[in-house]
Amino acid sequence: MQSEPDPSKDTYRLWPPGPRLLAALGASALVALALAGGLAYAGGLFTPGRLTQRAIVDTFQKINGVHPGFRRNHTKGACIAGHFESNGAGQRLSKAVVFAPGTLPVTGRFAVAVGKPFVPDNKTQVRSLALRFELPGGEEWRTGMNDIPVFPVPTAQDFTGLMTATAPDPATGKPDPARVSAFFGAHPEVAAALKRITGRPFASGFANASYNSLDAFRFVAADGTVTPVRWAMMAVDPDVAEPADQPGTPDPDYLFDDLAARLARGPVEWHLVATIGQPGDPTADATLPWPDDRQKVDLGTLTIDHIEAEAAGNCRDVNFDPLVLPAGIEPSDDPLLSARSAAYSVSFTRRAGEPKSPSEVQFPAQGGAPQ
Amino acid sequence: MSPAPMSPAFPAFSRLLHWLMALMIIAMLFIGIGMQASLADYHWLLSVHRPLGIAILVLAAVRLLNRRVSPPPALPAGMPGVLAFAAHASHVALYALMFAVPLVGWAMLSAARYPVVLYGSLVLPPILPQNDMVFAILRTTHTVLALALFALILAHIGAALMHAIAFRDGVFQSMANWRLRPVRACSGASGR
Ligand code: HEM
Ligand code: HEM
Ligand code: HEM
Repeated sequence: MQSEPDPSKDTYRLWPPGPRLLAALGASALVALALAGGLAYAGGLFTPGRLTQRAIVDTFQKINGVHPGFRRNHTKGACIAGHFESNGAGQRLSKAVVFAPGTLPVTGRFAVAVGKPFVPDNKTQVRSLALRFELPGGEEWRTGMNDIPVFPVPTAQDFTGLMTATAPDPATGKPDPARVSAFFGAHPEVAAALKRITGRPFASGFANASYNSLDAFRFVAADGTVTPVRWAMMAVDPDVAEPADQPGTPDPDYLFDDLAARLARGPVEWHLVATIGQPGDPTADATLPWPDDRQKVDLGTLTIDHIEAEAAGNCRDVNFDPLVLPAGIEPSDDPLLSARSAAYSVSFTRRAGEPKSPSEVQFPAQGGAPQ
Repeated sequence: MSPAPMSPAFPAFSRLLHWLMALMIIAMLFIGIGMQASLADYHWLLSVHRPLGIAILVLAAVRLLNRRVSPPPALPAGMPGVLAFAAHASHVALYALMFAVPLVGWAMLSAARYPVVLYGSLVLPPILPQNDMVFAILRTTHTVLALALFALILAHIGAALMHAIAFRDGVFQSMANWRLRPVRACSGASGR
């Protein structure tokens, strides 16, 4: 193949380098520098002050410690299963298959909104319900909801600010009052939202609490009509207010044990209710409630009939990323949504690669009335 | 035929695939790295990353088949064996990574039980059973292979510029050539 006499043996001479070779090397170095520099810029290397998903999850770890294999927030939880029966009322609002009349399997997770796996339930203020609806054709709808009326902060930046400002001072074990009041002084909207949150009626358990999406989403109908919505799982079980102080030492896992006992008596139901936003209702600020008189549409009934401890392959290994959405449900302009998706991905990726240890929440073999 | 003809140009379809995929792959590297550090743009960047990555996987298969149907022109006869081997080996590695990086992306999402949404209700089936440790390993593999692909692309561009500026043997023109019909790229120092 190379038997032909080469007219210019010098063509491929690499040593000693001639001016052309040096020019080529220089040009290559420039291109490499430009591309690598561009990538480093895109990766945030030159903007170290910018808040990234990694920095958010680092903040959780700094405040709560690192608990390998566990979620970095909503750490203590249990897995549930059941089904969703759509009544078809959502079809005119969204083309998502989940709203066609019929029944779909649902799995999920109840949790308390603290980043520590062994926190006693009575030391927590927010309960959460995360769900995963499995639609035909491989689509899924995942949603994480909290039992609060509004979210305390409008952005991930403020979320990190609030976490940092209210974190216990290592010296005293309590938040530094000066830092707390400085933060609230600068963020009156957070103070107002927290007032709404702490002032809400507090249900006695998981089964009779209602859970809100807080973030707004967009329902897209078959004809393309877009409707801003917030949704909620409204409890069917009677709302019993939590007694202010239980006598004696409370069961550290009473929320989960009560739920298992409740499920042993029969399935628990919630109604999926969409609140329809009107023009002008804030969609990009989860700290602001929508007016009370907004139309509410009952979309169907969630029935939970099974509970089990976190284990390999169940809800433990699922990321309830709020932006895993089927066609027909889209994110709104709420900045929390993309930030949550990004931070949950980092939390999930870290914990997936770590060794696992059993959850604090365990159920006796006969508990939970598996069906 | 003297002086010896330079490398003939790549067939037009091969050139189209090469430059289209070059743009797509470089865009994917920026999207991938960029979305890891952007709270506001994470979601839409990832929504573009998945279908664009799968498109690269499909085009890589088309490109490999096309290479069978219309083979690339031979390298210049005078090219030393080491250089010819380096060229061949780096092309094999580029092909391997054009398949491996998107395949690992698809496989890792499968192992993590994410729906691999391309667009609207179009979702790819999982290609691996659910396993969080497998996800973690593949997630790291995706990064490492993507960075290896980037390094190789830099070397490849370096080599292309060597052909263009130092060797002037027509290899650069055989790919950087905008004519529709296959032609002989006869520019280059020793060709004059
Ligand atoms: C920027 C604000 C927020 C940040 C940084 C954040 C962060 C996190 C993180 C890191 C996790 C653990 C994810 C995992 O490893 O699977 C988590 C879980 C969760 N978050 Fe958020 N979150 C935010 C806002 C919200 C909002 C607005 C809601 C609203 C309803 C919410 C509800 C939940 C729920 C329900 C879970 C538990 C999901 C489960 O049980 O697996 N979060 N959050
Ligand atoms: C982003 C990524 C790129 C990839 C993945 C890539 C990949 C490849 C591959 C696999 C080949 C072998 C021929 C084939 O089967 O198609 C090739 C050839 C070539 N590429 Fe690229 N390329 C990229 C970017 C570039 C750029 C930016 C340049 C120019 C500066 C360039 C210049 C060339 C040249 C001149 C050839 C012909 C080499 C020969 O005749 O063997 N490539 N490229
Ligand atoms: C040629 C094709 C591809 C290239 C060059 C590419 C490149 C990248 C890069 C550079 C990253 C960032 C890695 C890091 O910073 O750790 C990334 C992340 C990612 N890629 Fe790809 N990728 C490709 C194809 C795919 C495909 C086909 C999928 C899925 C279907 C995919 C899914 C992902 C996901 C899910 C992430 C990480 C998101 C997260 O951790 O939050 N990629 N990719």
